[in-house]
Amino acid sequence: MAEQFHAQQLALASEQARNPLLAALNAAGQQAFAAASVPNRKTEAWKYTSLHNLLTGDFQRPASQSEFTAALREAATLGNLKAPRLVFVNGQLNNELSDALALEQVTLFSQANAAQQALISQHLGSVLAQAADNQSGSAHLFNDLNNAAVNDGVLIHVGKNQRLEQPLQISWLTTAEAQPFSLNSRLLMILDSGAEATLAEHYASDEQPQNSFTNALTELVIGDNARLQHYRLQLMQEDALHIGSTHVALARDSQYNAFHLGLGTRLTRNDIVVNHNAGGSHCELSGVYIPQNQQLLDFHTCIEHKVPHCTTNEVFRGIMNDKARAVFNGRIHIHPQAQKTLAELSNKNLLLTNTAEIYTKPELEIYADDVKCAHGATVAQLEEKAMFYMQSRGISKKEAEVMLSFGFINELLEALPDEDIAQVLRPLLARRFGRDQSLSRHLLENETAGLSGENA
Amino acid sequence: MISINNLHANVEDKNILKGLNLEIKPGEVHAIMGPNGAGKSTLGNVLAGRDGYEVTAGSVTLNGKDILEMEPEERAREGLFLAFQYPVEIPGVSNLEFLKASVDAVRAHQGKPALDSVQFLKLAREKCKAVNLDQSFLKRGVNEGFSGGEKKRNELMQMMLLEPSLCILDETDSGLDIDALQVVAEGVNAMRDANRSFIVVTHYQRLLDYIVPDYVHVLANGRIVKSGGKELALELEEKGYGWLESADNGAA
Ligand SMILES: Nc1ncnc2c1ncn2[C@@H]1O[C@H](COP(=O)(O)OP(=O)(O)OP(=O)(O)O)[C@@H](O)[C@H]1O
Ligand SMILES: [Mg+2]
Repeated sequence: MAEQFHAQQLALASEQARNPLLAALNAAGQQAFAAASVPNRKTEAWKYTSLHNLLTGDFQRPASQSEFTAALREAATLGNLKAPRLVFVNGQLNNELSDALALEQVTLFSQANAAQQALISQHLGSVLAQAADNQSGSAHLFNDLNNAAVNDGVLIHVGKNQRLEQPLQISWLTTAEAQPFSLNSRLLMILDSGAEATLAEHYASDEQPQNSFTNALTELVIGDNARLQHYRLQLMQEDALHIGSTHVALARDSQYNAFHLGLGTRLTRNDIVVNHNAGGSHCELSGVYIPQNQQLLDFHTCIEHKVPHCTTNEVFRGIMNDKARAVFNGRIHIHPQAQKTLAELSNKNLLLTNTAEIYTKPELEIYADDVKCAHGATVAQLEEKAMFYMQSRGISKKEAEVMLSFGFINELLEALPDEDIAQVLRPLLARRFGRDQSLSRHLLENETAGLSGENA
Repeated sequence: MISINNLHANVEDKNILKGLNLEIKPGEVHAIMGPNGAGKSTLGNVLAGRDGYEVTAGSVTLNGKDILEMEPEERAREGLFLAFQYPVEIPGVSNLEFLKASVDAVRAHQGKPALDSVQFLKLAREKCKAVNLDQSFLKRGVNEGFSGGEKKRNELMQMMLLEPSLCILDETDSGLDIDALQVVAEGVNAMRDANRSFIVVTHYQRLLDYIVPDYVHVLANGRIVKSGGKELALELEEKGYGWLESADNGAA
């Protein structure tokens, strides 16, 4: 089963790779992927995350053109977020909705000019390579696969001291095809010194049962004193299979602020690797996972403190419903040189049923002596006293559950710097918890009546 | 209004209420005083229907209906309101959302017309003003980071919005400065009418200067051991509870 998947993916990758600019990367990727073995239950980093649903798939390349339906259009606008965007459907750029190519900062690998090609050659794969150097097992064979197959991708380059006023939205949408298919998507973003930008990466689909496997890889190069606000939102229908990695390189005094959201699918695995490469950098990483039904959702984060005077604040929260399983593995690795590191990690989980599962493991690995680190992980059910308080005010038990679950997540949304993005996410999450609309209506009322914000 | 007969209740298998009787008529205000650990908050929790508070004997009827089998939300919809001694913080849920959900549920049950968002906001702002809370408290998480006094005023605001027929105030005066105490007292007094009753649990006679009760009861060791008029509160302030507990022990 694993061998067949492995061979098939290798063949698809070799077929797909045909951009001369990327030939060296492709060749190295193919070699590494061919040599790698597919994780199984004994592989530590995949212990609780079975690849069964992936390995049993029989994947083709996506069809060259797919229909752009109203449902996809709706998904693509991300609640009418005001943002220049690129929209891909099953890997193909949708020209109609993609207006971000008009920006000088945005291009595709296939359309890159000489200067942009030079940037791609210099940086593509370089952030990922740092993960291998760290020897923490946070680079895996799906990254090799992406290197092996990459043919096109998105390049965003924000020049020195430039500031992008609006968020950039990159949407990777899928819709079901006649045959199950696999995609390797790639994004490289480079912020030169002093640059500032907001990137909203968005993975979504229509509501029909999906038969896609997306292997996504994002590399973020954040220059001296530059600042990136990153959103990575996974809102796919639950049959979509997704393996995604985000690799970040932080230069001196730079900042990576991020919010990662996973609704959950039959298989979603996310790796987030942040490299503090020079002093003064800060990582503010938050995330939310809310799997339901029989979904399996895994977040592996790895923060590499390699140099002194860097800081990390990481907060993840999860709510597991039904028979869902989630995995949160939060590693903070403080190298011997990384004195004066300040790092905090918090992971709180709610189990809504006694058949839901969470495997949470904060991993602090500290090799420097003058550092301040704290971590905490909790697993709980909805608080009895809060439930009673709400019920004692006439609110039904079911609605109280929905409101409390939403509140648990909304605390993190309230901390987001982009209120317009928080406003897109709130109704989505409220409806997720209140499957029956009558249960989520009070959470949405303020939005619809325009009573939130300054008026209230 | 409410009849409590021979009420026995356990918390965590420990017998706390031991045959409590109390009869409150519409429009009356009853103060309950008594030593720490006597069972005053337990009575409030039992009446409001909290999980884990197990009634082992006795009956409670509210406006003629047996409420002991009802869920907490049903009791609230039937007009029972408990202002908590320690109001609960619910971060991430805005006070306004919470209040609207609560008022909608209670009004729907009582057959009153639903308020739309705009009407409700107007009403909520009025009540904020009445308890001297800034309107920004509507946007904040329920009780999240509120000071002790602000939490108590938020309880009172909920009571005003829900217009219950029986209000149980569990030490709503504790931790209030004198100005806030007057705000609370004025709020309660404004709500007093011929059809609404109050149980006011307090340790301080001071409150009863502002909210003048019809009756004062002493709850000790799980039952009412003495009842009287408002002058009983003054007597308790002077003498403490020692003389009563011994009387209780003698009677037991
Ligand atoms: N959840 C619980 N588990 C165990 N014991 C409890 C619980 N709740 C209350 N009790 C006990 O029941 C008794 C009565 O408590 P209660 O809170 O009703 O007292 P009270 O009269 O309100 O006191 P105070 O004046 O201090 O508020 C106390 O001995 C208390 O420890
Ligand atoms: Mg008490």
